[in-house]
Amino acid sequence: MIPLSWYLYLAAGLFALGLFGAVARKNAVAILMSVELMLNAVNINIVAFWRYLAPAEIGGQIFAIMVFAVAAAEVAVGLALFISIYNSRKTIAADEINLMKW
Amino acid sequence: MSFWQDPVAVIGQWILDLLISLNLPEAWVTFIYTLLGVIVVASFGLILVIFLIWVERKVAARFQDRLGPNRAGPYGLLQTLADIVKLLTKEDVVPEKADRLVFNIAPILSMVAVLLIWAVVPFAPGWIGTDLNVGVLYIAAVGSFGILSVLMAGWSSNNKYALLGAFRAVAQLISYEVPMLLTMLVPVLLARGMGMVHMVTAQDTWFIFLAPAAAVVFLISSIAELGRTPFDLLEAESEIVAGYHTEYTGMKFGLFFAAEFLHAFTVGVLFAIFFLGGWRGPWAEQAPILGLFYLMLKSIFGYFIIMWVRSTLPRIRIDHMLAFNWKFLTPVALALLILTAFLDKIFSETALRIPVLLIANLVVLAIGYVISSAMTRRQAKQRVKFKKRPVAKPA
Amino acid sequence: MTVEQGIFLFIGFLILFSGFMMVTRSNLVHAALYLILVLFGVAVLFVLLNAGFLAVVQIIVYIGAIAILMIFAVMLTRGDVTGEAITMNSVFGWGMLLSSLFGFALIIMLGQWPAVTSLAPALPASWNELVEIGVAFLSPQGFVIPFEVASVLLLAALIGALYVARAPKKGE
Repeated sequence: MIPLSWYLYLAAGLFALGLFGAVARKNAVAILMSVELMLNAVNINIVAFWRYLAPAEIGGQIFAIMVFAVAAAEVAVGLALFISIYNSRKTIAADEINLMKW
Repeated sequence: MSFWQDPVAVIGQWILDLLISLNLPEAWVTFIYTLLGVIVVASFGLILVIFLIWVERKVAARFQDRLGPNRAGPYGLLQTLADIVKLLTKEDVVPEKADRLVFNIAPILSMVAVLLIWAVVPFAPGWIGTDLNVGVLYIAAVGSFGILSVLMAGWSSNNKYALLGAFRAVAQLISYEVPMLLTMLVPVLLARGMGMVHMVTAQDTWFIFLAPAAAVVFLISSIAELGRTPFDLLEAESEIVAGYHTEYTGMKFGLFFAAEFLHAFTVGVLFAIFFLGGWRGPWAEQAPILGLFYLMLKSIFGYFIIMWVRSTLPRIRIDHMLAFNWKFLTPVALALLILTAFLDKIFSETALRIPVLLIANLVVLAIGYVISSAMTRRQAKQRVKFKKRPVAKPA
Repeated sequence: MTVEQGIFLFIGFLILFSGFMMVTRSNLVHAALYLILVLFGVAVLFVLLNAGFLAVVQIIVYIGAIAILMIFAVMLTRGDVTGEAITMNSVFGWGMLLSSLFGFALIIMLGQWPAVTSLAPALPASWNELVEIGVAFLSPQGFVIPFEVASVLLLAALIGALYVARAPKKGE
């Protein structure tokens, strides 16, 4: 049997990796990928909590499905933005997209 | 249950008894038993390919008024084995600038993606790798590994034609996945369950009589998923050499090749399970080996249609390919899904269920055809007309 | 060690290793492929957690759509796809410090929580995940409004993505 802690520690590690990627990567697509890592870590946690603490209620799985939907929407819009930015500015390095920065 | 009626159950029980008599821990017994099952199902698929390639070459030859392979062995049956030996002895070339690891994983992944489907195929009553309750979704999920393998092969070859082929492939495969998934949901609605065994046992009347239009759309979009003629834009040899497997040689190319053939037959198997009643037939419950025979017969029917289409239709143009999907197949599939959901609920348990669904399907197909052909005619009118120029005529 | 634990340890190692490789590779296609390994590992974890439906949906949505879209975007937004000169931006050190602090803090806090060592209770008898999810999504007592909102969100994202990414017309 696997204790709950294993899942939580794994998810914590994955979330930290994703956070590092989102903060430190230069390329905007890589940042989006890192955000996906963080979302996946959250999903592991949600499903593990459902299975270990409230298996009789389906709400945990529903929550995970909502995360899928939001992730899909986020990636679609995000990548569309990056492609649009690339078409007009020929770069998607996150620190060079600073036109709106004061 | 005698051996000749159900050899798989008898042999399986014998192996299970043998493993238990060895006094292994229970987890190990399950593990070894499952592993053996995996090996049997996977080898069945792989051995089937050898036979399928021969069948396809023979049938295609007949369509083109040729004899096909007839030198190696009786009726050329050993031709494929000779080809395998040839492929194995060829030099294994990896382009210098290729991404070696990705390059080598891609052909394996393409084969694995097809073999994984066979894990949920119900061959006969009780003969199934594993009866997942999400069987249909599992098939859709596994298909995405196939797309991935094409993309990996095209990118890692570091060849512009391979990359172009991969781009085309992904555009085509992702687009045609939409109507395929939507029409796969129609049998799910009719069977009221996603498990593959449930799908077969629910077909007291074959679903092709309840959903003929869905069957047609499923078959067309599956052929497009296969990337065969008329949808072989991803390896169109007159435009982009050989598409994503341009740089592959020897057995790595052989794996892509074999995966395509096995996938074609697998589409036939899925068609048989979803629409032709799977292993159902007279006395199939009493003697499961008959069930396997029926399934193979029905699958070969679907496979034959695929071969027929392949050898008679020319390649479709890329904008037509996308327009056909988004302007015809997807709307028809959506309409079918919604109509089936409503009608099947309203007329369930009544005698009207079958005729109403049948007529609704045919009506949707007819309306879709009329609208799309009207649109095509209107587009043809808008096309720019050039003045007729004098053409040199033979004297 | 049971078979389940063995699978978990292998998959956990795979996830963390691929995640690390994903955030450090400068070749973005490699990063995307490592991301796919992570997503696949998470799907296996869902199977271990008796959430087979979620595992299959994870593979369809993430590997079949999102990851392939990522690879596509990587190829569309670069002249060459082989690698870029600088992987990390200037706050790289701060990022490392922040994320490792955050990760360790999470692990320490989790260790102090008493329920953390609990084992999985048995699922209720006659548990049918698909029926439960279907009923929950469509019953007014359940989650029908979030379900509809999610579908509107996806439609909005679809239209928005199309509008943003399309090539600008002449004279705009």
